[in-house]
Amino acid sequence: MTRHTKEIIIKYIFFLFALVSVIVLGLIVFSLFREGLPLFGEVSVKDFIFGIEWYPTYDPPSFGILSLIVGSLIVTLIATLIAVPLGVMAAIYISEIAPQAIKEILKSVIELLAGLPSVVLGFFGMVIVAPWLQETFDLPTGLNIINASVILAIMAIPTISSISEDALYAVPREFKEASYALGATKFETIAKVIVPSAISGISTAVMLGMARAIGETMVVLMVAGGAAAIPESLFDSVRPMPASIAAEMGETPYRSPHYQALFAIGIVLFFLTLAFNLVADYVSHKFRQIGSGTL
Amino acid sequence: MFSIVRKATIFTIVFLLIGGISFAADSIVIKGSTTVLPVAQGTLEAFMKANPGVQISLSGGGSGEGIKALIDKTTDIATSSREIKDKEVELAKSKGVKPVAHVVAFDAIIPVVHPRNKVTNLSIDQLSQIYQGKITNWKEVGGEDLRIVVISRDSSSGTFESWDHFVMKKAKVTPRAQMLASNGALVTAVAKNRYALAYLGIGYINPSVKPLMVNGIKASIQTAMSREYPMSRELYMYVNGEPGGAVAKYIAFVKSPAGQKIVAKEGFVPIVEVKKTGKKK
Repeated sequence: MTRHTKEIIIKYIFFLFALVSVIVLGLIVFSLFREGLPLFGEVSVKDFIFGIEWYPTYDPPSFGILSLIVGSLIVTLIATLIAVPLGVMAAIYISEIAPQAIKEILKSVIELLAGLPSVVLGFFGMVIVAPWLQETFDLPTGLNIINASVILAIMAIPTISSISEDALYAVPREFKEASYALGATKFETIAKVIVPSAISGISTAVMLGMARAIGETMVVLMVAGGAAAIPESLFDSVRPMPASIAAEMGETPYRSPHYQALFAIGIVLFFLTLAFNLVADYVSHKFRQIGSGTL
Repeated sequence: MFSIVRKATIFTIVFLLIGGISFAADSIVIKGSTTVLPVAQGTLEAFMKANPGVQISLSGGGSGEGIKALIDKTTDIATSSREIKDKEVELAKSKGVKPVAHVVAFDAIIPVVHPRNKVTNLSIDQLSQIYQGKITNWKEVGGEDLRIVVISRDSSSGTFESWDHFVMKKAKVTPRAQMLASNGALVTAVAKNRYALAYLGIGYINPSVKPLMVNGIKASIQTAMSREYPMSRELYMYVNGEPGGAVAKYIAFVKSPAGQKIVAKEGFVPIVEVKKTGKKK
């Protein structure tokens, strides 16, 4: 065997490995659509997305998931509002301000936070945060939007902070030096030079953090309360989409309309996370720094 | 040495092949309702102790999941807290599976509240009104002036179906109800919430929640067995046709007085009269 053929063989082997994830994704998407789409023979897409009644096991059943979509979006939104300032600020502190020793400790603690299993966080929310919320604010229930959002924010912080931090690190040294040379203070340098140059990376971090939050299942299953109604206040219970799928899939008859509806919810979730990724991609291109600051 | 390894390999392959067609005689797979889980767990431990050659694996997932697995022939026994649905029977027939039901225990469903709640009794009609969202305050049923937080099991669980059967009678549970995914989550939620009303299988009642009387009748093993208590139901183990070997032996054991003693010990109601053996915990 010549060296050239060896090269070709190796090239194709690596191509195969790279192909595996594409094939796996393709097959998953295929089965998601194959199981979910037949539902729309019985329910129109409009009634499915904009219907507010989710009574899948009644006769006749209603498959309206608007309250589930609203539930998902609202907990994701509030979690983002909490997690973005915390995650980005932490990243700025770690990459720009903290002394070496503190940096090391902080980084490993945040990584540890990322490694916490979601069921542990969910349990924490259910057994500790919920009763506390309920007693402190005298609420009818502690399993509500706020509780779920706080726990989701805790989960999204490591994603947001570590990707933001990478983006901040990638800002070239010359930018900072130029800023200091012009007489800018450290704060001015961070606020007006470093963060704006890293904004594409930070936006990607936020989007990925949101995608993480919207797809998270265990936490919302345990602490969101599971009421399939459009919430009227932040202290109401909601039933985000992943929680519905996880809670109901176990006991639906195989290939019944309810089973198909759960897959159809999966399709909606798939499009939502896809949208987040596309936005992240768009933002990172749009605000990309040209020149030595390119990420 | 080599030949032993080879024999073992061949044996394993043959074993797996047979296993794929009909389950090996001395291993049993049980899957299904989380309500029946404690019954299956208790009986299989005793059964495996008495029959050391038999391997039993047990998993939950829900009544529907168990029956689905029985139809797909990935389990020998499906435990269920509800009767098999007509649709499922049809699907089973189309795949050459004939589900046969064995009643192994009775379960009683009991409304529960926080221990500090002063209400002690609700009628089935009141329960239905509350779960439909028509009664929303505890003072309307003789309690304090507090909002009622309605907690329910997920609409696809067997316990929910029984609740629907006994209380709701096809009326819709208010969308504001919290739907929780397991009996355990429900106990935690009620134990920590003095606004809450929920319902549980008799096996899950513990001192952290307060059981209510229904129509003036206190739920207990005795009142459930005598059917005096209005909300009791049968728990099933489904098998494919008339199985032989270990599966048949196990089912027979569960239904035997020794097995039913375990059923009672786990907090469920036995199908035959057994000597009283103190309640669970």
